[in-house]
Amino acid sequence: MTVLSYEEALAAYDPVLGLEVHVELNTISKMFCGCSTVFGAEPNTQVCAVCLGLPGSLPVVNVKAVESAIRIGLALNCTIAEWCRFARKNYFYPDMPKNYQISQYDEPIAYDGWTEVVLDGEIYRIGIERAHMEEDTGKSLHVGGATGRIHGADYSLLDYNRSGVPLIEIVTKPVEGTGAQAPEVARAYVTMLRDLLRALGVSDVRMEQGSLRCDANVSLRPVGTSTFGTRTETKNVNSLRSVERAVRYEITRQAAVLTEGGKITLETRHWHEESGTTTPGRSKETAEDYRYFPEPDLVPVAPSREWVDQLRATLPEPPAARLHRVSAEWGFSELEMRDVVSAGAVNAIEATVAAGASPQSARKWWLTEIARHANELGVDLENVGVTAQQVAEIQALVQNGTINDKLARQVFEGVIAGEGSPAEVVAARKLAIVSDENALAAAVNDAINANPDIVDKIKSGKVQATGALIGSVMKQLRGQADAARVRELILEKIN
Amino acid sequence: MTIRQPAASEIIRQSAVDLAAKIKSGELSAVEVARAHLDRIAEVDGEVHAFLYIDGERALAAAARVDAKIAAREQVGALAGVPLALKDILTYTGAPTTCGSKILEGWLPPYDATVTRRLLDHDIVILGKTNLDEFAMGSSTENSAYGPTRNPWDTSRIPGGSGGGSAAAVAAFEAPLAIGTDTGGSIRQPAAVTGTVGVKPTYGGSSRYGLVALASSLDQPGPCARTVLDAALLHKVIAGHDPCDSTSIDEPVPDVVGAARSADISGMKIGVVSELGGEGYARGVEQRFHEGVELLASLGAEIIEVSCPHFEYALPAYYLILPAECSSNLAKFDGMRFGLRVGDDGPASAEQVMGMSREAGFGAEVKRRIIIGTYALSSGYYDAYYGQAQKVRTLISRDFDQAFSRVDVLVSPSTPSTAFRIGEKVNDPLAMYMNDLCTIPSNLAGNASASFPVGLAPEDGLPVGLQVIAPPLADDRLYRVGAALEAALESDWGGPLLDRTSADRPEAGAVR
Repeated sequence: MTVLSYEEALAAYDPVLGLEVHVELNTISKMFCGCSTVFGAEPNTQVCAVCLGLPGSLPVVNVKAVESAIRIGLALNCTIAEWCRFARKNYFYPDMPKNYQISQYDEPIAYDGWTEVVLDGEIYRIGIERAHMEEDTGKSLHVGGATGRIHGADYSLLDYNRSGVPLIEIVTKPVEGTGAQAPEVARAYVTMLRDLLRALGVSDVRMEQGSLRCDANVSLRPVGTSTFGTRTETKNVNSLRSVERAVRYEITRQAAVLTEGGKITLETRHWHEESGTTTPGRSKETAEDYRYFPEPDLVPVAPSREWVDQLRATLPEPPAARLHRVSAEWGFSELEMRDVVSAGAVNAIEATVAAGASPQSARKWWLTEIARHANELGVDLENVGVTAQQVAEIQALVQNGTINDKLARQVFEGVIAGEGSPAEVVAARKLAIVSDENALAAAVNDAINANPDIVDKIKSGKVQATGALIGSVMKQLRGQADAARVRELILEKIN
Repeated sequence: MTIRQPAASEIIRQSAVDLAAKIKSGELSAVEVARAHLDRIAEVDGEVHAFLYIDGERALAAAARVDAKIAAREQVGALAGVPLALKDILTYTGAPTTCGSKILEGWLPPYDATVTRRLLDHDIVILGKTNLDEFAMGSSTENSAYGPTRNPWDTSRIPGGSGGGSAAAVAAFEAPLAIGTDTGGSIRQPAAVTGTVGVKPTYGGSSRYGLVALASSLDQPGPCARTVLDAALLHKVIAGHDPCDSTSIDEPVPDVVGAARSADISGMKIGVVSELGGEGYARGVEQRFHEGVELLASLGAEIIEVSCPHFEYALPAYYLILPAECSSNLAKFDGMRFGLRVGDDGPASAEQVMGMSREAGFGAEVKRRIIIGTYALSSGYYDAYYGQAQKVRTLISRDFDQAFSRVDVLVSPSTPSTAFRIGEKVNDPLAMYMNDLCTIPSNLAGNASASFPVGLAPEDGLPVGLQVIAPPLADDRLYRVGAALEAALESDWGGPLLDRTSADRPEAGAVR
């Protein structure tokens, strides 16, 4: 197979994206019954006749979930349906107790909206096709076999705790014109959506727990043409970083196929986090016919315009406006803000500032030290294992002279390694700066005595040689000294 | 062959309202009443086979609790201590719910249907669960996986269906009351062919929670009884809003008991549906129906002929909507979580086990409807079948709206024929479907309707039912008409129709 670089792929082809995001709402109870939605409970302890689909049971709509759906729709500038119905999506799968999913089909609660994402100072407008309500399925755990998928497994375990948890599916219109930026735009969109949903307070938006899940549709067309190519749908891309990687991978993979004269198969694809590749799932040509029809167990949802207006009044600030505001509040330059946004650090910095740190220090830590750890761990910033509160604490320790920036890095390392709070790490690793003047003076004397040649240089006017002596002192004190004070002491002694 | 006709003095011969009064006054104990009915079941149910499940001990214990409550002067329900037979498609904790299917054999539901809950809360004594066509699909109970129920009027004949067990239990004096469910006539058609009263409330009038769904937009639980007043009292117990059923109507229950007691139809406008009669209707059915209409006129009603031109499309529309919904509703029976599971002892996949379980667990009629429904909902066919059927449904509702702008109720024969012989139509699904020709339009429109006995067809001496249809939430009108008819006919006959279950029946041509 031809292997193309990303640049080669983009020279010949123009990518078109379509993103489907599933959001689990954080309602107390499930979509159609009173069971708890709390994540992580013992399997099959949060179930009842309704979410187990027992014969005779009937669904009742959770009004809070409808409210969240409407608020999401409004935040995405959608039209809210005056009247819409649920529909049954029929297919057989053991983790779906009724063998149909209650969803919405041709009458979504919200449709025809738009939103914006900012990337490197450029604004991309993303059309929103629809946002609709549905119920989540249970979870299958396939035991035995090599792949962890149902094929080849010895047996499967089913957990229905998630069955019936309210989901909102948000589908974009085709996203065109992003060119080489397509992977970054995809990531920026999901990041924006995550931030928006968090600001709305409708979801925990924890991608690692599956409360925000993304399916990425990618197609290519020759540069300069307008007809869409055949798309693939990469399922369950469950981190922001993976969204970007998966889109980039699909672009290069499809470009290679097309360059060789091959055809893209309309199919779903599985994303493999470790290898950063996708493999074929189900072909859509042989895909199931879901036999949608209006759900006869539920009455139509007809939100009154008064209610919609009330909910509109509860919306948080739109993301673009928010960026504009915080940038001004923090006094960041356009370039600084651009880096913050592309690193997905806006929330983290906001929280760190709220915890008492200065905006510049918060920016510095999140974009350097923590970003480095995130890269090494292959996770998003908020999953590195250090909270905004802790960042503010570390910065406070720097501020009051307990540690310096260099020592602060070790504190981060300790906090991320789970060694405790910043103060505990400082204590346990004995990182506090030596402020005892006698100890400092002793170390300075040692350094002067050990390096007569350097002392001579300094005496002869080569003041820059002081650095070598400072280094020697710092080494002796394992970096735990205030370099400026050490310099003062050295010059005092020599002169 | 018929079964023994109980003497007028026997407990089992009495109406629910009389039994309730006697239990309340202490003249009879609820335990005595329950025991009398259990004895009757032991006497005749081997022949009738109305019941799939009987729990005598539990019924007697429930009856004893009613007696204790009455002795302690506690508040009890209007039908306290009266025994009842529950169609085996409504859940009742502690008793299996089979829906007449092998696929649910032995399944013990962990919750009570709302209807069941209300019966229990009103101190009604549940004797057991009654036979039905598998998942309520049929008009004869011959589709039950547990063998057919027999008509007490002639045990070589069907008792109607799907609720043949409930109707036969009432007609055979095994229980004064029963609960049925009506999707296309499953309460009314059995009532008609067993000479009993059966009422399908307005859709949404009684809760479907715990009723194992056949077709969600059509199903409705309702009362079965021997008298109009008994049916009304039971209707009042089970009806009313249920927050667990989104399609349940949040409105007060119409005064059905008051209507049954008043029986006054003077000045009422009664429409005769011209499309429901004529060719294809048995002579005796038409005769008794027209006599019934004349009787209503003589009681002061104004009779108006009404045309409902789209009714002729009701049957085909119904046989697309019902299978479509049932193909989806019955998908959950896959052997994964409950009920029959076949083939999981080898290398078969979950999908294959589902297939084998469904193949083994469902009967022919169920499979037929699942296949039709799956087809009707398929992409490319949806608009032509399901979509078109929904349009017809709207047209039928409009026919009703227009008719009810002119009349208070509509009447028709309940069924085109009287009870046919067991086995006669088993291999002719279309002939079987014709049984519900008159009853289906009401389910499609969601209004209220009932069947009341109007005599025996002269040619075969078998019961004929007259159907009354009222607008949504005007269920009380059914009882007004039914009670008027019942009073006039019984004075004419010299007693209830069911007194004659063991009388010699003419082979043909005799008078009623």
